[in-house]
Amino acid sequence: MAEGFVSVLKGVRFSYPRTDTAALDGVDLEIRAGEWIALLGPNGSGKSTLAKHLNALLAPTQGVCLVCGRDTRDEKALEAIRRLVAMVFQNPDNQLVAAVVEEDAAFGPENAGLPPEVIRSRVDWALSVCGLSGKERSPVYTLSGGQKQRLAVAGALAMEPPCLVLDEATAMLDPQGRTEIMDVVADLNGRGMTIVQITHRLEEVVSCDRVAVIDGGVLRWQGTPLDLFALGPDLLATWGLETPPFIRLWQELCGAGLLDPAVPPSPKEVLDALCR
Amino acid sequence: MQFMNHMTLGQYVPADSFVHRLDPRCKILATVALLAGVFLVTDLRLFPGWALLLVAVSALAKIPLSMVLRSARPVVFLVLITALIHVFLTKGDPLWRWGIFTITAEGVVMASRMALRLLFLVLFAGLLTLTTSPMELSDGLERLFAPLTPLGFPAHDLAMMMTIALRFIPTLLDETDRIMKAQLARGADLDRGNIVRRLRAFIPVLVPLFVIVFQRADDLATAMEARGYRGGKGRSRLNPLHWRARDGLALASVVALVVAGAAADRWLT
Ligand SMILES: Nc1ncnc2c1ncn2[C@@H]1O[C@H](COP(=O)(O)OP(=O)(O)OP(=O)(O)O)[C@@H](O)[C@H]1O
Ligand SMILES: [Mg+2]
Repeated sequence: MAEGFVSVLKGVRFSYPRTDTAALDGVDLEIRAGEWIALLGPNGSGKSTLAKHLNALLAPTQGVCLVCGRDTRDEKALEAIRRLVAMVFQNPDNQLVAAVVEEDAAFGPENAGLPPEVIRSRVDWALSVCGLSGKERSPVYTLSGGQKQRLAVAGALAMEPPCLVLDEATAMLDPQGRTEIMDVVADLNGRGMTIVQITHRLEEVVSCDRVAVIDGGVLRWQGTPLDLFALGPDLLATWGLETPPFIRLWQELCGAGLLDPAVPPSPKEVLDALCR
Repeated sequence: MQFMNHMTLGQYVPADSFVHRLDPRCKILATVALLAGVFLVTDLRLFPGWALLLVAVSALAKIPLSMVLRSARPVVFLVLITALIHVFLTKGDPLWRWGIFTITAEGVVMASRMALRLLFLVLFAGLLTLTTSPMELSDGLERLFAPLTPLGFPAHDLAMMMTIALRFIPTLLDETDRIMKAQLARGADLDRGNIVRRLRAFIPVLVPLFVIVFQRADDLATAMEARGYRGGKGRSRLNPLHWRARDGLALASVVALVVAGAAADRWLT
């Protein structure tokens, strides 16, 4: 589903109307087909602003943003771009539109004017991927926070986009809900979907392919999660990032030669190493 | 939770019946015809006919009559007031007199007619909302008013507003509850004192609620745009409405009944 998807940002600058400072200040970034990229940065660093450029909710003040070769400033390309890149936002309660589960999942395909049979098969597929089969006719307010967010993901999937952007989609969920969403995302990436995951939590980037660190509207660093952790807590702190205890523990164990620093940290291995 | 159920489903009672399966447009139009009928018929001798129809449709819809009657409970007071006003204020042959109060034969007839009309009005409308979910209602209304769109009538926008209201009323009630509890925990006194004091005490609840509502509206608009919403144009539906032969037959029967009622009324008076 991801063949040939590519998104390119070149020298993107963006300032919100009536503000002096640039929320994005010359960002160069390329997002390639099938990869799982994390955008990492502290509060107010410009993550959401960058995310909104990816599906043309915002257009650059300077520079260009191309999605599969289509310029996001081109009004005529908007419809196509929104079908290529779907977004899931932070608060599940603020992005679900309809009062009934299946009606909400159908909202995107309905906007695209697809025939009812096609919408039906997409909705059924999206709900089953997100583990919501059997809840089609449930009122949305009866869902838990995690279920609501999975419905938001299902709504995005129903558009069958090659690329999914999650803007802190797990931030308002409890650990259980967070795991539920991350499992769905890992599954989708396994099926070839390009994932852009926005977060300010270091431990959430462990399983992605590439990390881009953004601070003050500028891309500070790009590389693999392992290279990122190798930078050490002090450098990360200058970008406003805090190294969580789990990662610190893993680093200590690597330093003591108890774990292989070339293998991504997993709770199980850390536990095994501690018991040894 | 009971109350929340109330908000999303209205008073809709899901059931598998002929009436439930009818197209919402058919049910809306039939209800409009019935409401017109209730106003066209003036002769009291014809009113048992409405009662009979109500019983028949409730049975067909598999909805207990007691439930249908209960839908009129909120207007009982209004019905009584209407009756009282007409009993005492209609001029004619006095039947009974006490001080300044006079009851006339015309007054009794008029009062019964007005009270019964109001009652049947509410009962027939109740039958519609008992057998049609708010989603279907808003879909039906959107389609019925769609021909007026070229004249500038915002049929789709009104239906979308109704959909969003249905989605967000339970959430906002939750939010209100949460803020009220927070204010109570800080020692706010929300239910003591006279009405002015109570209203004033409510301001700290309303202000954060407004902030939340505007934030929500903003986020929701962004999310809808991200999901490709561009207004009603070119939109399709997951569950499109289907007008079938049975809808035409049902509507024709109701209209025929109303016309017959109106004709009988002319003939009797
Ligand atoms: N609608 C807006 N109008 C004006 N300024 C804004 C607006 N939205 C964001 N900003 C500003 O732009 C900068 C970047 O904000 P952005 O929301 O992209 O950050 P973020 O990294 O997503 O932060 P968070 O972790 O809080 O979500 C911030 O300084 C913010 O104050
Ligand atoms: Mg953000």
